[in-house]
Amino acid sequence: MVNLIWLFMLLTGIVVSALSGNINQVTESALKAAELGIEVAIGLMGVMSLWLGIMRLAEKAGLIQSLAKLSSPVIRLLFPDLKKDSPAFGPIILNLCANILGLGNAATPFGLKAMQELQKENPYPDTASSAMITFLALNTSCITIIPATIIAVRMKAGSSNPTEIIGTTIFATACAMGTAITADFIFRKRSK
Amino acid sequence: MRIITEAARWAIPFLLFFIPLYAHFRKVPVYETFVEGAEDGFKTAVKIIPFLIGMLVSIRIFVDSGALRFFIELCRPFFDKMGWNPDLLGIIPLAVMRPLSGSGALGVATQLIHQYGPDSFIGRLASTLQGSTDTTFFVLAVYFGSVGIKKHRYALKVGLVADAMGLFASIWIVTKVFG
Repeated sequence: MVNLIWLFMLLTGIVVSALSGNINQVTESALKAAELGIEVAIGLMGVMSLWLGIMRLAEKAGLIQSLAKLSSPVIRLLFPDLKKDSPAFGPIILNLCANILGLGNAATPFGLKAMQELQKENPYPDTASSAMITFLALNTSCITIIPATIIAVRMKAGSSNPTEIIGTTIFATACAMGTAITADFIFRKRSK
Repeated sequence: MRIITEAARWAIPFLLFFIPLYAHFRKVPVYETFVEGAEDGFKTAVKIIPFLIGMLVSIRIFVDSGALRFFIELCRPFFDKMGWNPDLLGIIPLAVMRPLSGSGALGVATQLIHQYGPDSFIGRLASTLQGSTDTTFFVLAVYFGSVGIKKHRYALKVGLVADAMGLFASIWIVTKVFG
């Protein structure tokens, strides 16, 4: 499915550019996007190193393990394939907490660490495990309590009440997250 | 509300203070251990580069070429036929952009908020939608890429179903609360 969407976006983009007599746009966009990829990765490098360094400290000190043990049975219910004391639970929980607090910068390193731990328990290393997909589903739809960026945008645009959308945002995310969990559950059952 | 803002403000300083201190008490050589872990950050960031570039190039060509706008225009008669609030058409660019590109979506949301006004229906809807889901394609590319997963199975479907739900829930709740 990803292959098809990727191809679709690429080809229709080029065709539309050609038809609208603006074929130069394709070259420019492609090169710019490639550059942006490097910029994003370099930007991630710093924060990633910082948080993975701190993570290693927490791991060696036994904090991650205690966090995993403390993790509520709810989280465990969502990941039936994982062992009870799987080391993946620690970073999964940290990632979700960071997402909830809107700390996107910290969330990505924890998320990538969680993926590494999940990969260790994955019998087919080139194929996504069910636990990984569940984790991604939680991640892309995770509740943010304070949508800080958009509040700032509203403030700048002269809103009379920039924070009034917090309630509606939490409601919409909760719906998206509930759907993600349900859809994941259904697809997982069907793929077995 | 204040409590949550404060918690977000204190979370990182607290972690940076508490974790090294606790590790020190547990007799962990703090500096060496930190450096050892940080090394992985570099490797992981390099590993995701090809996945990131692959995604970004395709998305960027699709959006910049006007193909995205073209498909949105295709939706217009459908909206008219269904008798939906024509105001809702304004949100389509953001709804399509949201799962594709984080910075792109923020750009579209900002533009909508300025164009329609932050306290208008579309302004509030754009704000709600922007905050309610994450960039599915980015998360997919980066997270799977970092560990070399090439077969995604049903991951994208789950992400997109959740995004669609986020859109409908946003429309419903904004209409209900502010409508």
